[in-house]
Amino acid sequence: MTTTAPPRTGKRTVRKNHPGAAPRTRRSGRLRRISLPYLLLLPALVLELLVHLIPMIIGIVVSFKELTQFYLRDWGSAPWAGLDNYSLTVDFDAPVGEALLSSFFTTCLFTFFSVGLCWLIGTAAAIFMQETFKGRGILRTIFLVPYALPVYAAVITWAFMFQRDNGLVNHVIHDQLGLTDSPPFWLIGENSFITLLVVSVWKGWPFAFLIMMAGLQNIPREIYEAAALDGAGVWQQIRRITLPSLRPVNQVLILVLFLWTFNDFNTPFVLFGKSAPSAADLISIHIYQSSFQTWNFGTGSAMSVLLLLFLLVVTGVYLLFTSRGRSATDA
Amino acid sequence: MRRIRVAAVGAVTLSLVLGAAACGGGSTSGAGSNKQPKTLTYWASNQGSSLEVDKQVLQPELDKFEKQTGIKVKLEVVPWGDLLNRILTATTSGQGPDVLNIGNTWSASLQASGALLPWDAKNFEKIGGKDRFVESALGSTGVQGQDPAAVPLYSMAYALYYNKKAFADAGVTKPPTTWDELIATGKQLTKDGKAGFGVEGSNLSNNIHQVFVLGKQHGADFFTADGKADFTSDGAVKAVKQYVDLMADAQIVAKGNAEYSQNQSLSDFAKGKTAMVLWQTASATFAAQGMKEDEWGVVPAPVQSGAPGQGTSTNSMVAGINMAVFKNTKNIDGATKFVNFMTGDEEQKILNKAYGSIPPVKSAQTDPAFNTPGLAVLRDTLAKSSAALPQVPEESQFETVVGTAVKELFADAAAGRPVTLESVKAKLDKAQQQMPKK
Repeated sequence: MTTTAPPRTGKRTVRKNHPGAAPRTRRSGRLRRISLPYLLLLPALVLELLVHLIPMIIGIVVSFKELTQFYLRDWGSAPWAGLDNYSLTVDFDAPVGEALLSSFFTTCLFTFFSVGLCWLIGTAAAIFMQETFKGRGILRTIFLVPYALPVYAAVITWAFMFQRDNGLVNHVIHDQLGLTDSPPFWLIGENSFITLLVVSVWKGWPFAFLIMMAGLQNIPREIYEAAALDGAGVWQQIRRITLPSLRPVNQVLILVLFLWTFNDFNTPFVLFGKSAPSAADLISIHIYQSSFQTWNFGTGSAMSVLLLLFLLVVTGVYLLFTSRGRSATDA
Repeated sequence: MRRIRVAAVGAVTLSLVLGAAACGGGSTSGAGSNKQPKTLTYWASNQGSSLEVDKQVLQPELDKFEKQTGIKVKLEVVPWGDLLNRILTATTSGQGPDVLNIGNTWSASLQASGALLPWDAKNFEKIGGKDRFVESALGSTGVQGQDPAAVPLYSMAYALYYNKKAFADAGVTKPPTTWDELIATGKQLTKDGKAGFGVEGSNLSNNIHQVFVLGKQHGADFFTADGKADFTSDGAVKAVKQYVDLMADAQIVAKGNAEYSQNQSLSDFAKGKTAMVLWQTASATFAAQGMKEDEWGVVPAPVQSGAPGQGTSTNSMVAGINMAVFKNTKNIDGATKFVNFMTGDEEQKILNKAYGSIPPVKSAQTDPAFNTPGLAVLRDTLAKSSAALPQVPEESQFETVVGTAVKELFADAAAGRPVTLESVKAKLDKAQQQMPKK
């Protein structure tokens, strides 16, 4: 950390009295130029270490420990558990592993639908918003509101709307439209999956919209004009021009949406509280319960490490395939 | 060039500062010291109808304490949803309050973590001795045979609250004393969109309190004598089924109650939508919801028909708040002084009056203020027919897994799925398997 440039005053005197020392100064000047970017990056690097890497490493260490309530106060003294925490979490015949597996599948299903819908709605809205019409600016702003709202405030409002007896949702679909025989539950039971999906898509699609809108700005209008002259309809224009041009944008967008959705904790936690119904038992909530509610931080950490590995593999494979696909089209 | 140099130096300095700040974190060595004798941090649990009410109740007392001892107490009222997590975090980091309130059912769990100062004979002497406290309240301060992890501060008990007008309108003259009577009365009162009885189906702790008492009435304990989980005994299954059956079979509970977890059942009661609730020390909440004192009545919670009958059979848990000293305190003498102050006769009377609870200190309990019809019911229940929740380290896990099982059974009942002895047993079996292996 102290490998900065040599003391300035010393160098100056050197140059004044001994012209022969000039090459060394030049070298140290170059060193300084090269090291400057690293120096400027240093605070970010230290912060990254403190905020991300060190906790992550501690988490990995904890996953090999038997860190239960008995060792909380002095958790360094918790006995090593070897691979016990891992064998417990991946033993899919036992209740802990079985619950983790079912939570994993629920999360996959939820992520698939949520990312798919976010992308679809966001892209469609972005394409429609390309046309200039009256009120476009206002609509754009309104579309971004869910993204700008604080998550907690927004999701609490949703939780109120989904209440069975006094909620707005049941008031509309049951009391006013009469679509159901009796008011359904949204916050407990199987419907909770739909509830979670609705809130997640509502919260997530404006981001897709925003990114897509930015991506669309980069497609030259002339291409569309040329295509129109050649007789391409709207659908053909979207399929042959818009979507291929948006490919690099999509690649990042879907990855980011996937990671955010798969890891989402706030939405289910605020909607369902400490014990989510099994239909909406997302993996992050499940890990939280496994560590904080049962005070077994070793198992919780083991689950987190497995989740981390899974996401790393998915991200790696995804990037590998998409970048290979892109270089193929580029070539 | 100079600007770049300044930036580089700034960047290095910033990094060093950050690194140093991170390394300067907590030291978790040893138990309590007296390094900061002039201040205390106090985490109070939320006892009033809002955090603000608690501050208004507590601050004048803390000022009084400062005048007497010169020690300034920094107060933080922590909502129930956060309290246990905050304590866990404080335990692992060693950076916590000096004195704190805990739900008395957590005593054994927190005792096991080693975060709290044990109350041995020497420490008890500093607050006037163990004998000052009521026996039943002391039963919920930690594992039997170990030094208590905390001392009782406020005591509460479950009782049956009923809406006087609803009873009069339906021609009910005598509040129910047994579960059979409660169901019969409930059926009379369940009509015109109103329900006879209210439950808090998604509130895990409350579910536990209710099925624990019913378990006692069926001779079940949920833990064996040597502390192993025993959720699937006949008595436990019957207890859970009996509670859920209030909705599933007797249908005196509105289906919507299955998703209640934020005391909606109490606001339903205050609004006259339900006629009865089984709750602990609810008077302050009713008042905050705008219900007048003469609109509701309170009687001891129901028991099973036949022997041993009301007054003897368990009909409440020992509910209450304990006060604990955090082992890592930097003002251990001040902390014990503060506990002594808060459990003194004068403060006990003031605080328990304000919160509608019963003092766990014998000499304070005799004050006529705690002899009103409403409070006498609670006091007698505590003295004669209440039982402490299992004092085992796994108590908080028990609350989570069995509380969730009951929540899921309520969800089944609300969706019209049958709740049978088999389905109850299956849920409890799953809950038991989630408990840590011993």
